[in-house]
Amino acid sequence: MSSNTDYLLAIEDLTVSFDGFKAVDSLNLYLDQNELRVIIGPNGAGKTTVLDLICGKTRATSGSVKFKNREMLGMPEHSIVRSGIGRKFQTPSIYENLTVYENLEVSFPRGRGVFGALTFKTTTEVEQRIQSVAETTFLQDYLHTEGAFLSHGQKQWLEIGMLLMQEPELMMLDEPVAGMSPAEREQTAELLKRISADRSILVIEHDMEFVSRIAKKVTVLHLGKILAEGSMDEIHNNQMVQDVYLGH
Amino acid sequence: MNTLQKRLFGSKEGLLGTLFLALILVVVLPLTLDIFRLNLMGKYLTYAFVAVGLVLLWGNAGVLSLGQGVFFGLGGYCMAMFLKLEASDPITTKIQSTPGIPDFMDWNQITALPAFWVPFKSFPFATLAILIVPAVIAYVVGAAMFKRRVGGVYFAVITQAIALIVSLGIDGNQGLTGGRNGITDLRTLLGWDIRTTFGQYTLYFTSVALLLGVIMLSRWVLSSKMGRILNAMSEKEDRVRFSGYDVSDFKIFIFCLAAMISGIGGAMFVLQVGFISPSLVGIVPSIEMVIFAAVGGKRSLLGAVYGTLLVNTGKSLFSETFPQLWLYAMGGLFILVVVLMPNGLAGLWDDYAKPWLHGAKKRLMERPPVDVGETKSNAPLAKII
Repeated sequence: MSSNTDYLLAIEDLTVSFDGFKAVDSLNLYLDQNELRVIIGPNGAGKTTVLDLICGKTRATSGSVKFKNREMLGMPEHSIVRSGIGRKFQTPSIYENLTVYENLEVSFPRGRGVFGALTFKTTTEVEQRIQSVAETTFLQDYLHTEGAFLSHGQKQWLEIGMLLMQEPELMMLDEPVAGMSPAEREQTAELLKRISADRSILVIEHDMEFVSRIAKKVTVLHLGKILAEGSMDEIHNNQMVQDVYLGH
Repeated sequence: MNTLQKRLFGSKEGLLGTLFLALILVVVLPLTLDIFRLNLMGKYLTYAFVAVGLVLLWGNAGVLSLGQGVFFGLGGYCMAMFLKLEASDPITTKIQSTPGIPDFMDWNQITALPAFWVPFKSFPFATLAILIVPAVIAYVVGAAMFKRRVGGVYFAVITQAIALIVSLGIDGNQGLTGGRNGITDLRTLLGWDIRTTFGQYTLYFTSVALLLGVIMLSRWVLSSKMGRILNAMSEKEDRVRFSGYDVSDFKIFIFCLAAMISGIGGAMFVLQVGFISPSLVGIVPSIEMVIFAAVGGKRSLLGAVYGTLLVNTGKSLFSETFPQLWLYAMGGLFILVVVLMPNGLAGLWDDYAKPWLHGAKKRLMERPPVDVGETKSNAPLAKII
């Protein structure tokens, strides 16, 4: 068993195999408090699988995922969320039939049990949180719009907003700017910088221009293993990374 | 409007809708129907309990159960066992070889009351059992299925299998349950004759009152955060799970609530019709209940009541004339509803009648059209009428 560390998230020897195919292969990854890390890699590198393993969606074959020195593997999904890990999915995953306001309200971390949900009251505290999160995610004018009527980019923001309602210490975002216009991408980069001030963020992204705008440290995954790790410049000049991306 | 009123009736429209339904059930039907037809309506109303339960479970939480007849039956049997014991006093049954036990037991050479029948001599116990037994069974089934993430079609098929098993189980244990004939010849409730005209009127109005109460309770549940979570869950289960909710707990809760409501319906059925049999528990009634809810509109609590009354009235009128054709008509109706009006009668009302009424009101007021806009703030509550 691995020892305690100062890292917020410490992944050690994480492996998952599907019928012998190792989608993630003895991965080691450490994330600091308030760090913004970007994971890149070609299709099938195992990026989304890593997030699935951390948040409990997929069960690991072996290894360890420690969040604040607490083992997360084997815990049910909702307990992992409650200990402070939020996850945004690749395709925006919001409730189309609920308004922006209700989407955020449902995400407020209180009244999570059956009887809590029956007696939950939207206090002014909750109202204020919804208001401030809506402002952060550029949705303050859409509070009473149903999710289905938002643009694709707005849906992405709303899902980020839903995570912010939970105030997670670690936020995992799977391709947050997919399908966004250049202007929206710029706004999203600003948004991520702002919200990363007091939490750690793990981002998976394909769009290199966007990555270079937000990233301080980049991890390159290839065939379930880490190929390289470092600043954007180091990654750019890394011969192995170039080979992988150019398909040698 | 104050908050509690809003939680019980929804929007102002929901309040009017509930009052309108109450008017029909309390005033119009009793004044226009003879006691035979009214008693028939009372019987249909007991099915409406199950349909209301399905609106919660299927329409709002997205969990389709094809076995709700089981819970209706459990509630009904709990009531019937109490009534049967009351009807089987030693004096009335003195010609039996063992006086004091239900007649069907005597026919099956049973000489002592089985242990699980004994507590049903007590009326408070029986009343409690009507509520608790369906909920406990639902909890066991729900926990076994939902904790293992069995859902969708698999859950529907399994509940259907359970309906078959339970009806066969009752059928096959004649000495304990009355078998295929069921429990018949029920006469009095705490010495009060349930077969008189006065008794039937009283039971009809009791059913109406309980049904309206159940509708308000359901609306209270749906207007809480619970309602939003159930809707969210039926749409994006994973998102709810990764917002920190234990999805299975919510499914188990709503399944138990729907079962409990169905059980009340079953008990009221027994009181009004005077018997219960496995034919009310199995696959066919369970599926019919789903059709009632679908015709009324699977998301509408009030619609479920209208759907149940209309389909059943249609069934009795149609089957009086063309007995063989009824099943085809029922099947055709279900296909028609699913294909053409996925939100049932309630959907028709929302899409056609309401805009028309709105327009008529505007024309009446003879004002230049002012764009007031829909009162958006009430939208989420209006949805659950």
